[in-house]
Parts: sequence; structure tokens; C-alpha cells
Amino acid sequence: MELLLDIALLALLLITAISIAGIKDLLAAAMLAGIYGLLSAGFFMTMGAVDVAFTEAAVGAGISPLLIVLTLALCGRQQRGDRQRAMLALFLVLPVGALLIVATHDMPAFGAADAPAQMHVAPHYIQQSMAEIGIPNIVTSVLASYRGYDTFGEVVVIFTAGLGVLSLLMRSQGIDEPTVEPAPNAQSRDIVLRVIAKVLIAPIMLYALYVQFHGEYGPGGGFQAGVIFAVGFILYGLVFGLDAVRRVASHGLVQFLSAVGVLIYGSVGLLSLASGKSFLDYSALASNPVSGQHIGIIAIELGVGITVAAVMIMIFYLFAAQLRLQPRGPSLTPDHQGTDAGTAHLASQQQGAG
Amino acid sequence: MIDSLLSGISGLLLGLGCFFMLTGAIGVLRFPDFYTRMHAAGVTDTLATFLIITGLMLTAGWSLALFKLGLILLFIFFTSPTASHALARSAQHCELKLPEQSSASDPRSPTSTESPPPPAMPTETITTLERD
Repeated sequence: MELLLDIALLALLLITAISIAGIKDLLAAAMLAGIYGLLSAGFFMTMGAVDVAFTEAAVGAGISPLLIVLTLALCGRQQRGDRQRAMLALFLVLPVGALLIVATHDMPAFGAADAPAQMHVAPHYIQQSMAEIGIPNIVTSVLASYRGYDTFGEVVVIFTAGLGVLSLLMRSQGIDEPTVEPAPNAQSRDIVLRVIAKVLIAPIMLYALYVQFHGEYGPGGGFQAGVIFAVGFILYGLVFGLDAVRRVASHGLVQFLSAVGVLIYGSVGLLSLASGKSFLDYSALASNPVSGQHIGIIAIELGVGITVAAVMIMIFYLFAAQLRLQPRGPSLTPDHQGTDAGTAHLASQQQGAG
Repeated sequence: MIDSLLSGISGLLLGLGCFFMLTGAIGVLRFPDFYTRMHAAGVTDTLATFLIITGLMLTAGWSLALFKLGLILLFIFFTSPTASHALARSAQHCELKLPEQSSASDPRSPTSTESPPPPAMPTETITTLERD
């Protein structure tokens, strides 16, 4: 039964990947990318990697197709074909793929007890996590405490990506800010969308907070919570217009918060450094090492959540402001709504996993 | 006794849900144009999800899972029809727009629903959804 499910999921993944490569219409490709994310989330689920599946569902199937669709709204949905470059890419991809397939022969079987990944530090994490960190979800204890340094790097990567988008689109932002003309179409006139959005935004935020603070006990954590929180804001922005959502959280505030998250994470590390332990060793934060770990994990997860949410909202602001500069921009809004309802679907589907 | 009854009902609901899901998929593949396809997908999707989750709730028993499934049910109940509605509405804004007499099934506030002039909208937004 399990095998059948695996085969079905992998076959669907393969079909989706091939059709993404083959399809000419970029909007359809973005939708297929969302389906690909959902399928891989399901596949991770069958492998028992619940946290990874959750992240994939929130990021791969939820917010990244949304951001891709926003990008397509800016630069058009038709693929500009370049045969020569495509041939070059094909020549590169085929040998690399062949090498990867050859390399799988040397890989240990899935779940093999003597695999290198199972021999090195994993036994220590599994056996000592409860005594050293004291939280039931080992994934969070590995991610936030044992491997806190790597997670710090990930947060900095997200922050840097936000900075990159900001530096690319900031110039037009500066022109846009003083001459804000109320675009007649910026707000969706549809009463169904407005009422449903109003009903749904509060539960989405609440669910994000649940995911944020439940991460120690079940699947979840700062990354997923940040994305879901940002989705609440983006939904509001799509339905009620950019100006309305900017009144709730101004662009400057979001920009500020994206840095604050990284700052919280880093200062927790510096705090433990100041108390004589190594960087990001949270046991220094309280007299009892286990409760120190608790405080540290909650603090850094909060930092992660703030940065992820703020960067996602900031990217949405920048894209939407850019879109408004183009005369044909806001007409795409109802289309986004469909995508976003899909995102919300996912958020709800994952409640079962938690 | 009550257990076997519950599992029987839940099996029935799950089977019905799968059946409606399947009919929806066949409808999306076989119906001729965008609106009929969307009708097939939208209606069956909401109903089938409703049936499947109710079936799962019956097997869950009194637990946290029951509560979570109930929340998902509520969420789907709101989002799935809204997504279909948004899709149909955005189709009205592009070249898939229906002729006037059939789109007049929208009685509330004519000033707010009819005012965005459809010709000004870009025609490339949704076009590929209906051709394959």
C-alpha cells in the first residue's frame, strides 16, 4: 500500500516536472509549480518528514507560486523562446542528470541503519535531545539548538534576498510614495471576496501564531509561521488594495521588522557568548540549562518568524507598488485571489498534520 | 455495534466523496468550455471534500483530530466556493466574458459590480484556461 502511494506520488511529480518544462504559458507553469510543491509535500509526508512537508506546503505550494504570479504580472506571461540557449541547457542538464542517477547506486538504501547520516551525530540527537533540550519535537531541537548556526545562516539568506529585491525595486518605490493617486481599481469591488477575506484573515493569523508557538511540540516553527502570517497580510492587500494594507503595516515598519528578526536571533547568540558559553549555546541563558534552551529556542523562533513574515510582506509590497506603476497592473487582482485561496487551502490542510 | 455502524457510515461517505471527486475530474476533462468546467470542478470539489472530511471525522472519535478536521471543514467550506467565485469573476473581466443576459444573474448593487469596464481589461489574462 505504501509502495503504491509512493509510486503514484512520484509518477505525478515526474509528470508535473516534465509538463513544467514543456509548457509555453508561464502562468500555467507557475500553477504547475504550486502543484509540484503540494505533491512533494505529500511525498515528504509519506516519508515521515512532517516538518519538511509543512514547510514545503507553505513555501513551495503556497507563497512561491503567488510571488511568481506577481512577477509574471510585471513582466508578461509569454515565454521568450531562445532555441540556442535551450539546447545549451539541455546539453548541461542531461549529463548532470545521468551522473546523479549513476550516483544513486552508491547511496545507502532509504532508512538503512548503517547509512553515514545515521552513524555520525544523529544517534546523539535522538538519544540526548530530551535530556539536553527537553522538548518533544526533535526536529525543532536539531534545527533551533544543535544546528542553530545553520538556521541563523538560513534566516540571513532570507533577509539578504529581501534586501536584494528591495535594492532592485526601491528606486521606483521612492517615486511612487509621494504621488499616491487612489487607483480606482486597486481595491476589489467584489463583496464576496471582501467578506470572505475579512472572515478568514483572523483565523489565518491565529493559525500562524499557533504554528509559531507550537513548534516545540509538533510540526511547525518560525519559517512556516512567518509564511502563513505573511499570507494573511497579502490576502488583505490583494482584496483591499495596497494602500489599505500599508495603513496596517507601513512599508518602513515591515522593512524595520525584517532586520529586527535577524537582530533578535543574533543577539541571543551574542548573549550566550557574553555569559561564557559558545555562540548560540542557549544553556547559558538561565541557571537551569534545559530552561535556558527553552528560552533560547522560543526567542530564535520568534526572530525567524518575524524576519520571514516581514520579508515576504515586503516583497509583496514592492511588487504590488511596481505593478501599480504599470497602467494595466491592478486588473490581475481577481486572478491572484484564486491563487491565494489555494494558499489558504493549504494552510488549512496542514492543520491535520499538526 | 455503534462502532461498526459508524465505520459503515464513514465508509459510505468516503466512497461517495471519492465518487464526486471523480465525476468532477471527468467533468473538467470532458465539458466543452470554461464555465461548465469550472462548474464541474467547483461544485463537486466542495461537496466531495465535505463528504470525505465528514467520513474521516466519524472514524476519528472524540479527539483533537476531530476538532482539527472540523476546522478544516469550516475552512474549505469558506474558501472553496470563494475560489470558484473569484475564478468565474476574473473570467468575466477578460475575453471569456459571457453575453449580457446570462451574466445578469448578479442582482446586487449594479453600480459596484458592473462599473469596471471590461474592454479596458487585458485580454491575455485567463485565455489558456479554456483551450487545451
